[in-house]
Amino acid sequence: MSSLEEKVKKIIAEQLSVSEDQIKPESAFVEDLGADSLDTVELVMALEEEFEIDIPDEEAEKIRTFQDVLNYIKTHASSAS
Amino acid sequence: MTRRRVVVTGLGVVSPVGSSVDLAWANILAGKSGIVPITHYDVSAYTTKFAGLVSPDFKAEEWMGVKELRKTDPFIHYGVAAAKQALRDSGLEITDANRERIAVTIGSGIGGIGSIEDECRALHEKGPKRVSPFFVPSSIINMVAGYVSIEMGITGGSFATVSACTTAAHSIGMAHRMISYGDAEVVVAGGAECGSAPAGMAGFCQARALSTRNDDPTRASRPFDKDRDGFVLGDGAGVLVLEEYEFAKARGARIYAELIGFGMSSDAYHITLPPEDGNGARRAMQGAMKDAGLNPEQVDYVNAHGTSTPAGDGAETTAVKAAFGDHARKLPVSSTKSMTGHLLGAAGGIEAVFSILAIRDQVLPPTINLDNPSEGCDLDYVPHTARPAKVEVVLSNSFGFGGTNGTLAFRRL
Repeated sequence: MSSLEEKVKKIIAEQLSVSEDQIKPESAFVEDLGADSLDTVELVMALEEEFEIDIPDEEAEKIRTFQDVLNYIKTHASSAS
Repeated sequence: MTRRRVVVTGLGVVSPVGSSVDLAWANILAGKSGIVPITHYDVSAYTTKFAGLVSPDFKAEEWMGVKELRKTDPFIHYGVAAAKQALRDSGLEITDANRERIAVTIGSGIGGIGSIEDECRALHEKGPKRVSPFFVPSSIINMVAGYVSIEMGITGGSFATVSACTTAAHSIGMAHRMISYGDAEVVVAGGAECGSAPAGMAGFCQARALSTRNDDPTRASRPFDKDRDGFVLGDGAGVLVLEEYEFAKARGARIYAELIGFGMSSDAYHITLPPEDGNGARRAMQGAMKDAGLNPEQVDYVNAHGTSTPAGDGAETTAVKAAFGDHARKLPVSSTKSMTGHLLGAAGGIEAVFSILAIRDQVLPPTINLDNPSEGCDLDYVPHTARPAKVEVVLSNSFGFGGTNGTLAFRRL
């Protein structure tokens, strides 16, 4: 697993209070990891902070799974190597 | 129509002297102070550098999930913990058959001031997009009742009364009315507070309300003593389970005491000071006695508001004399705030618990640090040490900023 994946997984685990083993690429935050709408807002904030990016609300709504996060950051973050 | 009777069947406490009923009461009877220096943030520029922080035996994760704890201010942790303690203590099983007849009212004087402070800092330093989506539900006052309702499945109503340092007394008084009137069979009622956050400390310091005895924190809260110089902030929560008498009897509940009366009044005088003659305090006590059908001579003990402020203790003493006449000379009046500090919106909750335990154990909790009673403070304040006594009827006083007063009356059953 790349360091990016590890970093993102850690943030998701912390924000949603789930264990890292529960988080698979296809895991959806709301359906699989028990998040509500407020949790997802906070998760996006944490990702913005960590990767120094700004995720517009309309983009944030499309980020539903662990894989979605990885895809978004790979395309948008300069620090995502 | 005869009034439905209200009894106390469960107690919960989170406090500077202990975060279980047993430990807190043992420390109160031992005359132990829970006041400590503040070390979790830099207090060097504060005129007061100590408070009654919640005792180290408190473990928030025993009462709420990790995820919920992260999203809530400590006053919510304290309130939920005290409510769950009280419900567990009551032995009441919440089921589909009774949940609609159970309500919860737990208030706070200030609410999540520490969380408000943190989020305002984020707003000003980083902008609105960095404010937590949990900001509002983590800090608003009715969220103790909200969490208790959600986590315990209580569906008969949930709200908070807010009246500064009279909050919990008013909550319990209103709960009494709800049960008497038939709105509910059971009400979980009390108050929760975490006012020791930096903004809370700074605000009370600037109001010149707090003791500045920084060299001797455990002796700073000294109600009725001539060297008192202000109150000491305390954190925590105090919650009662109140039930309609027949409902409690039918399920074989252990009954601690009966809540027989509630009185309230307002001073209409000043935002922070009581009138010298304590007429609002007197009317609250008289109101509770009238509501309970008591003569002054029937009251065996008063758990005073007694915050250790120069103005408040004198006015309360004057009020007790006016309310009780000759009986005031024989009437023990003590302030457990000498040990816990002042828990603001939770004060009336923990003091209701101590008042009820005084009835259960037939003992009067002391006023510690009362070395030299102030001029005019000449009642029996039960100085220094607890005292065994016949305790059938107790009044518990609470007075708050805004000139708001409340008195509860409990009787042995």
